Amino acid sequence: MTFSMKNIFGFLFYGLLSLSVAAQETVYPAPAYNGLLFIKNAVVHVGDGQVLDGVTIMIKGGKIEKIAKDLPIPMDDVKVFDVKGKHVYPGLILSSSVLGLVEVNAVRATADFNELGEFNPSIRSIVAYNSDSKVINTLRSNGILLAGVTPQGGLISGSSSVVQLDAWNWEDAGYKPDNGIHLNMPDLINRPNPFGDASNPPGDPLKRGMEQVDKMKAFFREAKAYAFEPAHASTNLKYEAVKGLFNKSQKLFVHADAVREMLVAVDFSKEFGMDVVIVGGSESFQIAPLLKANNIAVILSQMHSLPTATDDDVDQPYKTPAMLQQAGVLFAINDEDGQTRGRNLAFNAGTAAAYGLTKEQALQAITLNAARILGIADRTGSLEPGKDANFVVSEGDILDMRSSVITQAFIQGRLIDLTDKHKQLNERYKHKYSLK
Amino acid sequence: MRKFFRLLSGRHAVIGLTATFLAGHLQAQTTFPVNGIAAEKQTTYAFTHATLIVRPGVTIQDATLLVKDGRIVAAGEKIQLPVQAMVVDCKGKYIYPSFIDLYSDYGLPVPERPSRGFNFSAPAQLTSNQKGAYGWNQAIRSDISAAALFVVDDSKAKNFRDQGFGTVLTHQKDGIARGTGTLATLANEKENKVILKERAAAFYSFSKGSSTQSYPTSLMGSIALLRQSFIDGKWYASRPAKEGLNLSLQAWNNNQALPGFFEANDKWMAVRADRIGDEFSTQFIIKGGGNEYQRIADMKATGATFILPLNFPQAMDVEDPNDARFVSLADMKHWELAPTNPAAFEKAGIPFCLTAADLKDTKQFLASLRKAIEYGLTENKALEALTITPAAVIGTTDVGTLEPGKWANFLITSGPVFQEKTIIYQNWVQGEKYAVNESGWSAVNGLYTLTLTGAQQSASYLLEVKSATSARLFAKDTIDAKFSSDGKFVRISFPETKNGKKTTRLSGVNNDGSWQGTGEDTAGNKLLWTAVFKSDVAAKADSIKKKAPLSLGKIQFPFNGYGWDTLPVSTTILIRNATVWTNEGDGKIEGADVLVKDGKIAAVGKSLSAAGAQVIDGTGKHLTPGIIDEHSHIAAMSINEGAQSVTSEVRIADNLNPEDINIYRQLSGGVTSSHILHGSANTIGGQTQLIKLRWGSNPEALKFAGADPFIKFALGENVKRTSSSQNNRFPDSRMGVEEVLADAFTRARDYEAAIRAAGTGTTTGKGKKVTADPFATVRRDLELDALVEILNSKRFITCHSYVQSEITAAMRVGDRFGFRFNTFTHILEGYKVADKMKAHGANASTFSDWWAYKMEVVDAIPYNAGIMQQVGLNVAINSDDAEMARRLNQEAAKSVKYSGMSEEDALKMVTLNPAKMLHVDNKVGSIKVGKDADLVLWSDNPLSIYAKAEKTIVDGIIYFDRTRDLALRAAISAERSRLVQKMAGEKKGGVPTVPAQASMEIMQTCSEHFHRHGLLVVDGEQANNQ
Repeated sequence: MTFSMKNIFGFLFYGLLSLSVAAQETVYPAPAYNGLLFIKNAVVHVGDGQVLDGVTIMIKGGKIEKIAKDLPIPMDDVKVFDVKGKHVYPGLILSSSVLGLVEVNAVRATADFNELGEFNPSIRSIVAYNSDSKVINTLRSNGILLAGVTPQGGLISGSSSVVQLDAWNWEDAGYKPDNGIHLNMPDLINRPNPFGDASNPPGDPLKRGMEQVDKMKAFFREAKAYAFEPAHASTNLKYEAVKGLFNKSQKLFVHADAVREMLVAVDFSKEFGMDVVIVGGSESFQIAPLLKANNIAVILSQMHSLPTATDDDVDQPYKTPAMLQQAGVLFAINDEDGQTRGRNLAFNAGTAAAYGLTKEQALQAITLNAARILGIADRTGSLEPGKDANFVVSEGDILDMRSSVITQAFIQGRLIDLTDKHKQLNERYKHKYSLK
Repeated sequence: MRKFFRLLSGRHAVIGLTATFLAGHLQAQTTFPVNGIAAEKQTTYAFTHATLIVRPGVTIQDATLLVKDGRIVAAGEKIQLPVQAMVVDCKGKYIYPSFIDLYSDYGLPVPERPSRGFNFSAPAQLTSNQKGAYGWNQAIRSDISAAALFVVDDSKAKNFRDQGFGTVLTHQKDGIARGTGTLATLANEKENKVILKERAAAFYSFSKGSSTQSYPTSLMGSIALLRQSFIDGKWYASRPAKEGLNLSLQAWNNNQALPGFFEANDKWMAVRADRIGDEFSTQFIIKGGGNEYQRIADMKATGATFILPLNFPQAMDVEDPNDARFVSLADMKHWELAPTNPAAFEKAGIPFCLTAADLKDTKQFLASLRKAIEYGLTENKALEALTITPAAVIGTTDVGTLEPGKWANFLITSGPVFQEKTIIYQNWVQGEKYAVNESGWSAVNGLYTLTLTGAQQSASYLLEVKSATSARLFAKDTIDAKFSSDGKFVRISFPETKNGKKTTRLSGVNNDGSWQGTGEDTAGNKLLWTAVFKSDVAAKADSIKKKAPLSLGKIQFPFNGYGWDTLPVSTTILIRNATVWTNEGDGKIEGADVLVKDGKIAAVGKSLSAAGAQVIDGTGKHLTPGIIDEHSHIAAMSINEGAQSVTSEVRIADNLNPEDINIYRQLSGGVTSSHILHGSANTIGGQTQLIKLRWGSNPEALKFAGADPFIKFALGENVKRTSSSQNNRFPDSRMGVEEVLADAFTRARDYEAAIRAAGTGTTTGKGKKVTADPFATVRRDLELDALVEILNSKRFITCHSYVQSEITAAMRVGDRFGFRFNTFTHILEGYKVADKMKAHGANASTFSDWWAYKMEVVDAIPYNAGIMQQVGLNVAINSDDAEMARRLNQEAAKSVKYSGMSEEDALKMVTLNPAKMLHVDNKVGSIKVGKDADLVLWSDNPLSIYAKAEKTIVDGIIYFDRTRDLALRAAISAERSRLVQKMAGEKKGGVPTVPAQASMEIMQTCSEHFHRHGLLVVDGEQANNQ
């Protein structure tokens, strides 16, 4: 479907789309569009806190050219969408996910996110990314256009890559390949072990954890020496894989929750001069000023969580973002729920807005902040001239399920097809029961 | 004061020093041949001038205890001493009946427990590994006889004797039925002699111990197994031919006449144990765990006698805030209050005994007991709990007091037995002496005249002995002497002058208070010496250290920071000017008032008023019925009894946990009722329990009274154990699942017919109809009872289900047997067969947007609820998740987003619709006069993500109030800080501490394991399989 004419109304387009019933196999990635594109009468949520009411967005060659009121729209061969009364948001970013690496969690054959071994920095998630995963389209339908695809397992899991969610294959999908190395901080909590659980062997867990930390540090010391070695007699793939950490072309994503674990992460940043991001961070509210002082960013993995401890404030996870915001910590909100598969990212942010953030701050946590943390803020994360035209149109507040209905989405200026398997099955059975 | 032995037999002057020498001297057994000289002994002892505590509360001063051949002959004043009596002068000493511990496994082998590293996918052990003519379940060890296994173990016995014990009731602490315990003394004698009562009591627990059999995996299963065993025992009494010989049931029946001890180890477990006892007319004696003080009224209500351990937790090392962070307030409070447990029982008038069980080291017993006394237990009650109460509990007249006829089991102490400075000198068991700490028996303190006689010269000094290790000499100077006395041998050395280097060294022996021996003076000259007691040293007034009065925290209900100081009661509440979502014909009313009275909705309208009502301003807010969660796993100790495919005998109701913090957290999300379901580990799971979130109540009061009973069924991947590559439990496919249902209901139908036939009875000759007890012949089967209820529409099914094939197959089984699947829960493919479900009459309870976490949900869609609702089904949105349950309003709102459902209809999916499918819509689910006042006041439109529950009301009681919640947070913070400081103070004060341990939270799930629940959460499956 191409709309190479002026003033196609968004609602009309949406209506046509919803009639198209086809298997996801026939939902084609949108081709590149290098022409002009105008989105007019928009309420633009920039992603950096600003809201621009009644503006027009001009897109050229897949990039945002201008955003202003009353931009003249040429009568040429341009695409124009009037989104009066609707909201335009930067494409949402799922910061850390196994999207495309696993289709069905319980089916081992479909899982490709976990590798054997403790030190796997050279493992690359992107090579296993399945751009035809049925999950992907359900995320697009909720405004998520980019994702950090992250490997798991071991102490150093490998590298993540940022992908855009409208692609024929993983090479097309790559938005920023190998943006970071992922490290799993060992558990540094003294837990009782009354059940003789084999995964929790006896002994001092703290000591055991610190031994692993020492192993990781030793690895990075060796890798750093290697990185500054002018020539190598033999090539070490593991050291090669982390070179980017030392020149900050890559970030170190440390998966950690407890304070002690995060303090070790801070120590990594100090000793090795790396850009460190905490992933998880359920306890980050306890040391927010310290994280700020050390420029450590946080990806909050799962807002919709129970409080860690019985005595905690019942709404602690919900208000953690507000506490980080107040301390000035750069943070992103993520949704790693294995049962909804990331589709509720916007509502995780909505919850943060209900518990202390402003709506625009909450939005920023799933757009611009996420882009900054993933190292893609120069190209996306906010609706600003010069950035890729990655954005979504919603009938109402995208953070609230009561009003969030995504009508269009654009990736690099390409209008993507928002059909997904769920819409298709919905149509199929509405047809069966003759429902409207 | 001087204390000496005066023994008639000089040969035995060393009686105080060589305990083992005498061991083995009880009268020989008649049947045992003797190798050597038989030399049968007759012994009579008289313990004179003692302070005799004949029994708690009866103390006789300057009394005599007369013991002959191991038994007490007389106890009192002015007792004629027989000439053959060996007299032990106990002047200044106290004699107590020695203690009885009813909860010991002394002398018994400890069975090895299999290591149960949890493995959900391991193959099941479906039958018992016990070979022989025993019952079906390995955890029913009713045939175990402690007496048969008992072997005297003097090293262990000594640990008990040293703490004052003389008798124990010992049993093997293993299994759900643990067989019988035997009453034995702690004498180091032949087993034949020390066993006082072969079968003294029967023992039970909820823990299957060394059993490797899969069933039961859960607390509910343990309870069901116990109940069924009681039933089976009764049935087996008539020796039904079909059963053959069943030694386990035979022993079970034989044990019923004995006192029954139940190891509960926890306050709620005590209530559960007692409930089983009530059902089968048995009053268990309950072994506690130490936290019973937290619910003393519930303990009292059991009517049980308790056995209380004194295993008070040690202070934790919480100096590092990162360690303290993960220690819960409840654990810290328990540390502070645990020593009040015995006192709480005393104060409440609940009979109890004390045990050394559960202590890390038996040697801590008296110290722990002193702590309990410091925390309010009276000394007299402590003594009762160690003597006459345990004796009465097991009905022994052999021990417990110092009355004639009893075994001579007694302690000789230096003073009142529980005082810190008191020394137990000797512990006599069955008339034989076992030394405990005799170094002070004949106290050497005092002034002595020391005379040295050498070849050249003699000298005399005044010697002041201050203790067994220190003395000084008054010569020209006052000289500190090196001194040591072990009660018998004495060593003294001293210089001639205060600063002299050379010493005179003396060594001698204590003969009846006079010492004599040999030595060398400073010049090396040999000398002889004597020391003769002159007088006592005037005792310094003991400066009694006044202990600061105890300052302890409060008990809260539940026992954590969010608990109540006193349980709330319903009041009259008027909510004014709110947007009221009635779920009734009036729909949503703006600016309306709702009056709540006596726990019910009394009026809905405009401009209401009520005298004395608490008025809540609802301006700008929304009032809705309380949220009802059709599928929840909170507030229970176990969820899955997964060892068999049909476990309809288990009941969630048996193991409710009213202190689950998730109750409070869910109140904060507007939930007022939760349907607590069995998990989905098997096709026919357990009986469910609908609860109201009455935070603070006991398990019984959580229940939604008058609600129809339900049961959980499950289909698909979980019940065929897809995650296991080694499944050996039928079924392994959806084909088999259907047959499990068909088979179970076939059995149920036949069972019902058999009961009917057996109960019809006979007609007598006079034409009078006699109805027989059907269960005299038909074995009553708890599993089939529940299924028969389903067949008779007295119990209703909620069935975990996903794919269309299994949904349809299940309904067809129902059609065949004439019952209805009341509810399909989860039902993510319900949209595919919504028409069939409607025809069957099923309700649907589903997730809003879960999918793709397992194969059977790859076609799950967020439009499911919308389609089913449009087809005409009654649809609910459920949680199955303790976190999501706090946002069920938002989950319902997702149908507004995905399916364009109206907001009022969406709200009904978490209020009125679940009420209907649970058959309680006459009580809850809408705002209507006469219904229960289960209400939520929201800050915003309840379908919005920005809405917060500000007040959640159940039965007219505000159980969650955001304002109060803020105050509680502050209180928790203050209380945590106080306790951390107090623990740190202990550490500083030199009290040993243990490393801080994170307080884990156990979370029950439905076996859907794909999201994280936080740092401190342990999965309930894992916890329960232990």
